[in-house]
Amino acid sequence: MAVVFSKPKALTDAPLHYCPGCTHGIIHRLVAEAIDDLGILGRTVGVAPVGCAVMAYDYFSCDMVEAAHGRAPAVATGLKRAMPDRIIFTYQGDGDLASIGMAETVHAATRNENITVIFVNNAIYGMTGGQMAPTSLPGQVTQTSPYGRDVKTVGYPIKVCELLSALDAPYYIERVAVNNVKHVMAAKKAIKRAFENQVEGRGFSLIEVVSSCPTNWGMTPQKALDWVESDMIPYYPLGVYRDKSKEAE
Amino acid sequence: MAKVLMKGNEAIAEAAIRSGCRHYFGYPITPQTEIAAYMAKRMPKIGGTFLQAESEISAINMVYGVSSAGCRVMTSSSSPGVSLKQEGISYLAGCDLPALIVNVQRGGPGLGGIQPSQSDYFQATKGGGHGDYRLIVLAPASVQEMADLTAKAFDLADKYRMPAMLLADGTIGQMMEPVELPEDMRTTVYEKPWAVTGTENKREHNIVNSLYLVPEQLEKKNIERYEKYKTVEKNEVMYEEYMTDDADVCVVAFGIAARVSKNAITAARAKGIKAGLIRPITLWPFPKDVIARTAEHVKGFVSVELSMGQMIEDIRLAEGCKKPVTLCSRVGGMIPSPEEVLKAIEDMEGGAF
Ligand SMILES: Cc1ncc(C[n+]2csc(CCOP(=O)(O)OP(=O)(O)O)c2C)c(N)n1
Ligand code: SF4
Repeated sequence: MAVVFSKPKALTDAPLHYCPGCTHGIIHRLVAEAIDDLGILGRTVGVAPVGCAVMAYDYFSCDMVEAAHGRAPAVATGLKRAMPDRIIFTYQGDGDLASIGMAETVHAATRNENITVIFVNNAIYGMTGGQMAPTSLPGQVTQTSPYGRDVKTVGYPIKVCELLSALDAPYYIERVAVNNVKHVMAAKKAIKRAFENQVEGRGFSLIEVVSSCPTNWGMTPQKALDWVESDMIPYYPLGVYRDKSKEAE
Repeated sequence: MAKVLMKGNEAIAEAAIRSGCRHYFGYPITPQTEIAAYMAKRMPKIGGTFLQAESEISAINMVYGVSSAGCRVMTSSSSPGVSLKQEGISYLAGCDLPALIVNVQRGGPGLGGIQPSQSDYFQATKGGGHGDYRLIVLAPASVQEMADLTAKAFDLADKYRMPAMLLADGTIGQMMEPVELPEDMRTTVYEKPWAVTGTENKREHNIVNSLYLVPEQLEKKNIERYEKYKTVEKNEVMYEEYMTDDADVCVVAFGIAARVSKNAITAARAKGIKAGLIRPITLWPFPKDVIARTAEHVKGFVSVELSMGQMIEDIRLAEGCKKPVTLCSRVGGMIPSPEEVLKAIEDMEGGAF
C-alpha cells in the first residue's frame, strides 16, 4: 500500500503543545520536511527560542539548543563557527527576534552568517499571554495596548524583511504566510531554499512566516487565518526581499 | 624552557590557545583589550575563531553556542561588560556548560573608571546572574599565574562541566613579567558525549537546555548540581600561605593586593611583628579551612582588598567570628600602599582597631 502521509523524520513523536489552530505546528512541519528533503537531519543543529516555540527542542529530532530570549542568532553563530560543516537553524518569534534580540538578528545578518533563521511573526507575545509585540499592527488590541496600539506613543510595527534588506550582506530574505494551501506551498519552497542556501555555503537566509495566534488574538482558528489575509498581509507584503543569486546574474 | 616577557593580558590569550581554545568572542573594553587584539592576530593563523561581537551579551551567547558544540571557548571583558554577560553565564551554569570568562576588573559601580579594582568579587563568587549556581573563580597574582590559571580554568571547567572565571585586575593585566609557557598546556582531554554535534542519524538527539517546567525536576537538577559543587569545594581549593606558621597577624589578600601585602609583611617582620599572608587562589571554592585553622593562633586578620570590603565577609564566615577581622582597602582604581597595609597590620598587632 502506498504511503500518502507520514510524519517527517525530523520531527519526534512528542505531541505538540500548541493551541488548537495555531500555525506554529504547520511551520514546524515545513522546517522538518525541508530537513528531510535535503537529507541533512544527522548534521543539523537547531536553536529554540524563548516564546511559544521554546519546547521546539523536544519536537525536532536533530540536536537542539535552547537559547536565552532573543539570543538565538548569537548562539547559532557560535555553533556555526565551531562546526562549519553542520547546518544550523534558529526558530524565533517576533518578540524574540525583533525586540529583545534585534541586535543579535541585525548583526548575524550583516555578517552574512551562514545560518538559517525561521522567523514566526504572529504580531503578539504568545507565550506570556498576549502582550504587544514589535510587530503588532497599528490599532491592534493586546494586553499591554488595551486601547489599541497607538503609533503616536509606542511607534510603528517593525517590518523585519524590509529592515534587513537595507543591509548589504544578507543572502536571502523572504516573507511567506501559512494561512491557506497556496501560501503553505510557497512557504515550504522558501524554507527549503533557506536551508539549501546554507548547505551551499551562501550565507544568511531569513524566512519570515506570517503566523496566527488565535488564542491571544481572541479569534477562532478560521477567523484568525482570515485576519492574516485581511490585516496582516496588507501590512506585511509577502515576497522575496533579497535574493543574491539574482543579483549575481 | 625559555622565559618570555609578556603582558598579563597577552599571557592569558597565549595560554588559552595552548590550552586548546580555538574560539574567542569579545567586545572592546579597557583594561583587557590586549586579549582581543592578541586573539585577532593569532586565531586566523591557527584555524581558530576570533569574532568581535556586537555586545558582551552576544559574545557570551556565542560562547554558549561553541560550548554546546563541545569545544573549548572563552570570552574576556572588564567589569561593565561582565555585568552584561551575567544572563549568559547563568544559562551556561543552568546547562552545565564549560567555558572560560575573564574579568580584568576596573573600578565601579556604573561606568566607574578604567583603573584596577577588585570590586566584582561579590558578582563573581556569589552568583552575579539569576538562580542557584556557582562559578569556579581563580585569582591570578602574577603574569605567570595569568597563564597557568587560564589553563587550570579550562581544565576545571571541562572536568566539572561548569563555567569558570579568571578574576584578574587591571594592574596584572597591564603588567609585564617573564613567563614560561609550555607548548601544550592541556592536561586531560575530556569526552563530551552530551555535545550537540549532529546525531549523524546514529543516536538520540542531544539537547542543551536549562528549562524544567516541572518543579520536582528543576529541584532535582539544582540539588544534583550542588552535589557537584560540594565535590569542587572538597577537591579544588587553592591558596598560598606565606609566613603564617608563627603569625600573630594574618593578612588575607588576592591578586595585586596580595603582592602589596607581601611587601608590607616583610616590613612588619623587620619591625618584629609576626605577620603572614593567606592568598586565596580559588576565590570560589574559598579556602575556608586554612583560615579556620589559622584563626586558632592569630590575634586577628586583615583583609586587604581593592573594594569596600567584599571578601572580608567570607573571611568572617570562615574564621567563625572568633577573631577580629579588619579591612584595609582603597577603591575606585586606587591601590593600597605597603605603608597603608603595614599600618593595618600594626593596628591589629597592637589591638588598635
Ligand atoms: C529576558 C527575558 N525577558 C522576558 C521573558 C519572558 N518572555 C517569555 S516568552 C516572551 C515573548 C515571546 O513572544 P514571541 O517571541 O513573539 O513568541 P511567541 O510566544 O509569540 O511565539 C517573553 C517576553 C524571558 N523569558 N526572558
Ligand atoms: S499562544 Fe498563540 S502562538 Fe502560542 S501556541 Fe497558542 S495560539 Fe500559538
